[in-house]
This record gives sequence, C-alpha cells and structure tokens, in this order.
Amino acid sequence: MTETIVEFLIGALVLLGAFFCLVAALGLMRMPDLFTRTHAASKASTLGVMLTLLGVLAFFWYEDGYINARLVLGIIFVFITTPVAGHIISRAAYNMNVPLWEKTVQDDLKNSYSKSKDV
Amino acid sequence: MRTNDIILQTLAKSFMFVVIAFSFYVFLTGHHHPGGGFIGGLMTSAGIILLLLAFDWKVLKTVIPIDFKILVAIGLLTAVGSGMGSFLFGVPFLTHTFGYFDLPILGKTELATATIFDTGVYLVVVGITMTIIQSIGESE
Repeated sequence: MTETIVEFLIGALVLLGAFFCLVAALGLMRMPDLFTRTHAASKASTLGVMLTLLGVLAFFWYEDGYINARLVLGIIFVFITTPVAGHIISRAAYNMNVPLWEKTVQDDLKNSYSKSKDV
Repeated sequence: MRTNDIILQTLAKSFMFVVIAFSFYVFLTGHHHPGGGFIGGLMTSAGIILLLLAFDWKVLKTVIPIDFKILVAIGLLTAVGSGMGSFLFGVPFLTHTFGYFDLPILGKTELATATIFDTGVYLVVVGITMTIIQSIGESE
C-alpha cells in the first residue's frame, strides 16, 4: 500500500514538473512582448525543473536508498540562478529600449532608469 | 555610465564558491565516477568567469593574484614530474600505481598517483582557459 502511494507521488512530481515546463514553453510562444515572455519562461520552467529533479531525488532515495547530493545542489542552484538570469535578460532588454506591449498601461521604470546609450 | 549590478554581484559572490567546490568534487571523483581534471578545470574557470562577469579584471586580480600563464607551466611540470617519478622505481615512463591508506578523518582511502597527473591537467586547463579569456577580453 505504501509502495503504491510512494510510486504515485514520485510519478506525480515528475509529471507535474514536465507539465510546468510545457506551460513555460506555451507562455514563451503566446506572450506578446519580451518582458511577459521572461516572466513566463523563468518562473514556470524553474518550478518545472525543480519538481522534476525532486522527483528523481525521491525515486533514487526510494529505489536504491541513497540521497544524491548533486541533485540537491542542482535544485538549490536552479532555484537561485534562473530568476537572476531572467532579471538580467529583462533589464538588458529594457536598457536596449525594447518596446513594451502596446496595451501596457504603466511603466514604473520610465524615470528611474536613465536609458543608457552605452549598454 | 555604470548601472548597479547588485543582484548579479551578490549571486556571483556567493555562488562562485559553490561552483568551485563542486568542481573540486568532480575533480576528485574522477577515478571512479565521471569527472576528472579536464572537466574540473573547466568548471573552476567557469566559477572564476562568473566572478568576472559580475565585476571586472581589476577585482579579479585583487581576489586571485595569479598570472594564469605561470599556472600552465606549473601544471605541465606536475604532469611530467608524475611521469618522471616512475623512473625512481625502475619502471617505464608514466607507470602509475595506487594503494590504500588510513587517513585521519576519511578512514581507509584509495590514493592513486594518477591524481598527481590529473592535478597537472587541472592546472593546465584552468590556466589556458583563463589566458584565452584574458587575452580576448583585454585587447581593446
């Protein structure tokens, strides 16, 4: 009985991770401008990759009885570095004067960023 | 105008150590698992380059005051020396051996002389990668 529950949970983790990666890819296709695309891609794919790695970690822990420290490190690493990558990409795009979506109503950074020519 | 990169700099400061520690792990497990001197050296230079992306060459030269060209020479000498060491025991060039030792914390550990050769490979890879990046990055 426990076996079935654990296997179900592991499978659910991996499938949920794959689902979030699919959502990230769909967001990348369907979002109107670069900033909403980075929004979709960085958040959904981070969660998807983390859930998949967590599923793999749980699988090896359950099946072979050892905790793979590299997977734990990978989860922490993806969790911290992907949002920073998204931040850097969208800030570089904003500095390069990439246009916002035409239905955007608010640009909070308009006056705080002096859009530099020498990016 | 220099915009502030505080998010990237904080990430680089804290995560450079994680990358370099993992590269040492990969370097040391190269005997029994995937890894070794080449990939370890590449990952160490990736950690240094992460620091370089967030800061600049002046900061890197203060943090790591090494001329990377000298690192290449030290690495080659280490690798050749590990091959020449086999002459002391009257066996052919580059003959390697291993043995089991009781270390204080680690307990029974297998130590192989191939690790010395791998250290040479590691130093050469770090030195060459950083020299290439340096000579491309600093030529204005």
